[in-house]
Amino acid sequence: MNLQAALPLTDAAFALTLVLLLVAPLAIAGVALINTGLGRSRSAAQALVGNLAMIAVAAIVFAVAGAAFTGNLTGTPGGAGHVFYMAGKPWNWLGAAPFLLGGLGSAPPTSQLALVFELMAVAMAVMIPWGSGADRLRLSAGLAISVLLAAIIFPLLAHWVWAGGWLAQLGVNFSLGAGFLDGGGAATAHALGGISALAVVWIAGSRRGKFPKEGLATAMPGHNAVYVVFGCLLALVGWLAWNVAGAVIWLHAPLAALPVTAVNTLLSASGALAATFTVTRVRFGKPDASLCANGWLAGLVASSACAGLVTPAESIFIGLAAGVITPLLVELLELALSIDDPSGAITVHAVGGLWGLLAAGIFAPQQGQFVAQLIGIATLLGLVLPGVYLLFKLLNRVVPFRVDQDGERIGMDLHELGGGAYPEFVIHRDDSYR
Amino acid sequence: MKYAGLLVMTAGFFLSITAIVLYSAATPRAAFVLCGLAVQGLGLFVAVRAHMEARGESRS
Repeated sequence: MNLQAALPLTDAAFALTLVLLLVAPLAIAGVALINTGLGRSRSAAQALVGNLAMIAVAAIVFAVAGAAFTGNLTGTPGGAGHVFYMAGKPWNWLGAAPFLLGGLGSAPPTSQLALVFELMAVAMAVMIPWGSGADRLRLSAGLAISVLLAAIIFPLLAHWVWAGGWLAQLGVNFSLGAGFLDGGGAATAHALGGISALAVVWIAGSRRGKFPKEGLATAMPGHNAVYVVFGCLLALVGWLAWNVAGAVIWLHAPLAALPVTAVNTLLSASGALAATFTVTRVRFGKPDASLCANGWLAGLVASSACAGLVTPAESIFIGLAAGVITPLLVELLELALSIDDPSGAITVHAVGGLWGLLAAGIFAPQQGQFVAQLIGIATLLGLVLPGVYLLFKLLNRVVPFRVDQDGERIGMDLHELGGGAYPEFVIHRDDSYR
Repeated sequence: MKYAGLLVMTAGFFLSITAIVLYSAATPRAAFVLCGLAVQGLGLFVAVRAHMEARGESRS
């Protein structure tokens, strides 16, 4: 696809994009269901309430402060921000819009749509680490993480990528294609969320009994495969809307290019599912439901970066690669690297997102686009990951991430909410606590 | 050790940024940026190793 210059939206395009953005939260609902289903039954209510609370906190914090640092509501095309000069080039590093969404009503329609998209993206970003911290991450810690991500980290990254920041300007300043491209939030929502998930797992540690003194890691399967698979179906609907809306807002795609974006999204997820299904069938003798769900989601995440930029054949390849990587990496993280990630968010969102961003560079026709995408990936790994880890480490001193041993033993539902998600069910004794 | 690994990852990022500032030709620029990413991979390896060692000491 040839990237268009940003033009004022027609009324039809504005209406279509707004409707798509109202459907996009289904992706968030799908991911929430998947994360809950992959956790344990005794923490299911806490997981879903936590998701809701984190989304609410993130929305308020982003509206109050985060949107100002993102800088899309300045009325200036591409946003405005604080700039420093290095090597004779401007480096726009921080947005400069009014706090409390000042000027929202009078902002250009594209800026208003951009803000709605960013609200969805910040909601997605904050709930991803929550899934990885399942069964041991305290609700208060989840909310504190949400504040930190929505107030500082997401706005910085979103400004760099979406609001005329230095990553978006790589094309203008360094002749690197069209600058760093992220049409559906693969970097700003998914990779950021996945990287935050890694930081949470590193700081909170593994679930008690997950890695015994001797032998292999204990299998702790998800408690509800129906939630997980239904979450995948729900996520597809949301993702289709999300990627198509992103193509209009961030890639300035014409209406005629939108069906291809939707087709690419579906093909990427389908390719990923086919690959994961095959890999798990070969590895374990039977396809694994939770890994297939993770593969499907990884295909969707990868499509977030490139559905508006590649051809359908390339989308299938991107999905296939994501689907092969996902089950192998989930196994590697758990068995070889001692990383306890119940929802698989590190693989699905961080690695899936990074793969999609790289694939966008590989298949993009513009000269220099590959290097622009590499710079974006280097930023996520070299600035965002260390920054997030350091901030979370400091936050952990103020609001401890991990629940006490008693809380982990009785389950997060009883410990934090005082009641379980399934009060009429008999809870099986957990052998890992013997 | 984990902090050392993360610091190396940051160094890799600055290496990549230096590449686009110093070089204008496509090939050396891409090669230098890839070297920066390789350094980041090394840093990530160190950080993950540090996590594994810490986990090995505190296995429940």
